[in-house]
Amino acid sequence: MAFEFDWKKNASKIEELKKVINEKKKLEGSLMPILHEGQEIFGYLPIEVQKIISEELNVPLAEIYGVVTFYSQFSLIPKGQYTIGVCLGTACYVKGSQEIIDEIKEELSIEVGGTTKDRKFSLVATRCIGACGLAPVMTINEDVYGRLKAEDVKDILRKY
Amino acid sequence: MNFYRSHVLICGGTGCTSSSSDKIEEEFNKIILDKKLESEIKVVRTGCFGLCEAGPIVIVYPEGAFYSHIKVEDVSEIVEEHLLKGRIVKKLLYKESVSDEKIKSINNVDFYKKQKRIALKNCGVINPEDITEYIAMDGYLALGKAVTEMTPEEVIKTIKDSGLRGRGGGGFPTGLKWQFTAQAEGNEKYVLCNADEGDPGAFMDRSVLEGDPHSVIEAMTIAGYAVGANQGYVYIRAEYPIAVKRLQIAIDQAKEKGLLGKNIFGTDFEFNMEIRLGAGAFVCGEETALIASIEGERGMPRPKPPYPANKGLWQKPTLINNVETYANVSSIILKGSEWFKSIGTEKSPGTKVFALGGKINNTGLVEIPMGTTLREVIYDIGGGIPGGKKFKAVQTGGPSGGCLTSEYLDSPIDFDTLTELGSMMGSGGMIVMDEDNCMVDIARFFLDFTVEESCGKCPPCRIGTKRMLEILEKIIEGNGEPEDIDRLERLAENIKTSALCGLGQTAPNPVLSTLKHFRDEYEAHVNEKKCPAGACKSLLSYRIDPEKCKGCTLCAKACPSSAIEGERKEIHFIHDDRCIKCGACMEKCPFGAIKLA
Amino acid sequence: MKSLEELKKIREEAIKNVNLRKENDGIKIVVGMATCGISAGARPVLMSLIEEVNKRGLENVTINQTGCIGICRLEPIVEVYPSDGEKVTYVNMDSEKAKKVIAEHIVNGNVVEEYTIGYVEK
Repeated sequence: MAFEFDWKKNASKIEELKKVINEKKKLEGSLMPILHEGQEIFGYLPIEVQKIISEELNVPLAEIYGVVTFYSQFSLIPKGQYTIGVCLGTACYVKGSQEIIDEIKEELSIEVGGTTKDRKFSLVATRCIGACGLAPVMTINEDVYGRLKAEDVKDILRKY
Repeated sequence: MNFYRSHVLICGGTGCTSSSSDKIEEEFNKIILDKKLESEIKVVRTGCFGLCEAGPIVIVYPEGAFYSHIKVEDVSEIVEEHLLKGRIVKKLLYKESVSDEKIKSINNVDFYKKQKRIALKNCGVINPEDITEYIAMDGYLALGKAVTEMTPEEVIKTIKDSGLRGRGGGGFPTGLKWQFTAQAEGNEKYVLCNADEGDPGAFMDRSVLEGDPHSVIEAMTIAGYAVGANQGYVYIRAEYPIAVKRLQIAIDQAKEKGLLGKNIFGTDFEFNMEIRLGAGAFVCGEETALIASIEGERGMPRPKPPYPANKGLWQKPTLINNVETYANVSSIILKGSEWFKSIGTEKSPGTKVFALGGKINNTGLVEIPMGTTLREVIYDIGGGIPGGKKFKAVQTGGPSGGCLTSEYLDSPIDFDTLTELGSMMGSGGMIVMDEDNCMVDIARFFLDFTVEESCGKCPPCRIGTKRMLEILEKIIEGNGEPEDIDRLERLAENIKTSALCGLGQTAPNPVLSTLKHFRDEYEAHVNEKKCPAGACKSLLSYRIDPEKCKGCTLCAKACPSSAIEGERKEIHFIHDDRCIKCGACMEKCPFGAIKLA
Repeated sequence: MKSLEELKKIREEAIKNVNLRKENDGIKIVVGMATCGISAGARPVLMSLIEEVNKRGLENVTINQTGCIGICRLEPIVEVYPSDGEKVTYVNMDSEKAKKVIAEHIVNGNVVEEYTIGYVEK
C-alpha cells in the first residue's frame, strides 16, 4: 500500500517519541518497550520512526527493523480506523471462526492482514484472546462480539 | 472497616468483560445507591469464576447464589428482590443450581464440585485490585514465613520435596530449577515469569493474573529469596490488556506496602519487579526466546545448554517459571510439601488447570487434581457434548500436543500418561471435538499456526513444517496422493529429531497423533476424496434426495451459478461441475431434501 | 512491611471483609423483609444489627433478609439460627431490642427470652 510519512504533521508526535526514548533509555533491554510506545503514538512503525529510534538509541537500523518485522503486533503500514480481529484460537476455530473470517473477507473485499481502500477497516486473524466461553469471537477495536454466526457479520459491520 | 451483610461479586475476567460485565457493575452500583443500600451491600469485581459459558456471572454472598447469563436489565430485579427483600431470583440462577425446589450454592454445582482449587483459589473470590483482600486470604504469609523463618535452602527443599512440576508444558521439576539457579555462580541473578501464554485455546495464566495477580508477585519474591535474585520480570502477552493492568496495580500496591523493594519484612532482602510486554510471537513462550525478547532482540530460541539457570537473561543465572507454577508456590510454603504431595498422583502431585473449550457444554476454566480421568473432566465437570453429538476426540497440549480418542477417556490425566498416549500436558488447553470436526482439518489448523509462528532460525522447523502444511492442504483440497501420508510421516519424524527448540520438536505432534488415531480419515481424503466428517468443503458435494424433492424450484432459483436443473413438480438435480458449494440451495429447501455428502 | 506481625495485623482487619464469601457455619441472623416487615420497621432493625455486628467486629455471623415469615402482626421479626441447635424467633423488634439481641444472645449466648415469640404469645 502506498503512503507517505508526513514529517510536518507528525512533528509533535516525534517530540513525544523522543521524550519517551529519553525516559526509557536507561532500562535494560529498552528496545521493546520503546517500540510499544512508538506504535501507540503513531499507530504504526514506519521506517522513518525506526530511524529516529535508531539514532536516539544508537542501535543499528537493521537491528531495529529486524525486531519490528519479527513481532506480529508491530506494523510497518498504517492500520484502518477500525481493526477487526477474528479469533483463530483453537476453541473458536473448532466452533467455526473460519466461516466468520470468510464472510468478512467477502463483505469488505479484503484479505487477512489487509486494509480497505477507504482505510476504514483492517482485518487481522488474532490468536486466542481468552474469551473461549464466547467462541467464536471477533473484536472491532475495543468491542467484543461473541457467540457469532456468519449471518451476524453484515449487521455488525454496518454499525461502524 | 465496614460490615456488609451482602457481597455482590461480578466476574471481571476477559470472557465476562467481553459480554459487558463492566456495565452490569455500573448498573448495580447505580441502583444500590438509588436504594441507599451502599452501606449494607458491597459490589466487588473479581477475576474469572471459570465457568465462562454461563457468563456474565454474578454471585451473591452469603447465600452463594449463582446468577448466570446476566444482562444489564436483570440487575434491578436482583437488587429489588434479592438484595432488598431477600428473595433469590430463581429464574436468573444458573440452571443447575435450582433443583428439587432447593437452591444450591455455587460450590455445590457439578462444575465446581469435582474441582480442587490451589492455583485458582482466589480467582473469583477476591477483588484483584485490592491487596488487603489478598492478605485476608493468607496472602504474603508465605513470603513472610520464607524470609523470616526459613533459609533459602529450606525454601528450595520444600519446593523440591513437594514434587511440583512446571505447569507451562514441559513438566520439569520446579525445585530442581530453583536449586540449579541458586547453585549457579554469580552475584547478579534474575527471576522471570513466563506469562506469554501462546497456546491458542488456553487462558489459565491470564485468569490467574487477572484474578489473583498478587499470588504471582508473592511467589516470584519467594523465588528471588531462594535463588538469590533481586530483580524479577514478568513477560506477558500484550494481547492481555486487563491482566497487564491488574498486574501493574498489584505491583504498585505491593511496593507501597513494602512487600516489594528494600528490607522486605525487616530483613535485608530486596526484590523489585517489572512488566515486559510481548508483541505477538508464539515462540517467545520458549524460555530462551523469551529471554532474547526481554533483552530487546528478535525472540529466537538459543541452543541449550547452557541452560538459563547458568546463562540466562544478560548471560546471568536466571530462574524462569510460568504463571500457574508460581501460583502454587505460596500454598506449598504455607501448608508444606507433604500436603501438596497428598493431592494428585505420585509422579504428578498437585492440581492442573485446564481451559475446557470447543464442543462442550460448560466451556471454561477447571482446576482438577492430577489423576482425574478425561471422562470426569469432559462429562461430569464439562457437562458433555452439546446437541447430542458424538464425542470424537479431545486435543490437549495445543500446537505441541495431540488428540486422544474415546478409548482413552478413562485414562488419568498426568504428565506422564498424556505423553505416553502421544499427546502432552502442555499449558492446559483441552479442546473437545465432536463428529463434525475433521481431524485432517484440525491437523492442518495447528500446522498453519506453527508455520506462521516459526521464528525461522532452524531449517527443520522453518522449511519442514511448511512442506507438511502444503501436503495437508493438498489432501484437504482433494488432490492427495497415496504417498502423501508416508511423506507426512517421514517429515514429521525428521522435524521431531532435528529442530532446535521445543516448539519445532513438537510441531509435528498434531499430525502424528491424528495419523495414529484417525488414519482412516486421512485415507478417505486421499483415496476416496471424501471427508467423513463433512467439514472439508472441497470434498463435499450437494445432493438432492429424490424421495424428498417435491420439485418446488426454490433451490434452482436460489442457485447463483445455475447448477440446478429440473422442471416444476419434477425431481431436481445438481450438476457438480457447475456447483460452487455455497449451500444456498440447502438453506432454501423447505423439505430438507438437499444434503451434503 | 517490617514484620510478620504487621502483616498478620492487616490480615485480621481485612479478613472480616471477605469472611462472608467463605463457607460459613456460624450464626445466621435473618430479618423478615417483605412488605409487611418493611412497613413495620424492619429496615432500622436490620441496620442496627449490621451496625452492632460491625462495631463489635464479630466474625462468623451472617445477616440476611428473607421474605414474609407469615406472622405479619408480629413484625418486625428476626430469626437467629445458631450453627447447632434450635432457631430462636424474636418478634416486635426495634433498633434497641436488636442491639440487645446481639449483645446478649450472639455475644454471650443467652437468649433474650422476653422478646421471643414464645414469651410474647403466651
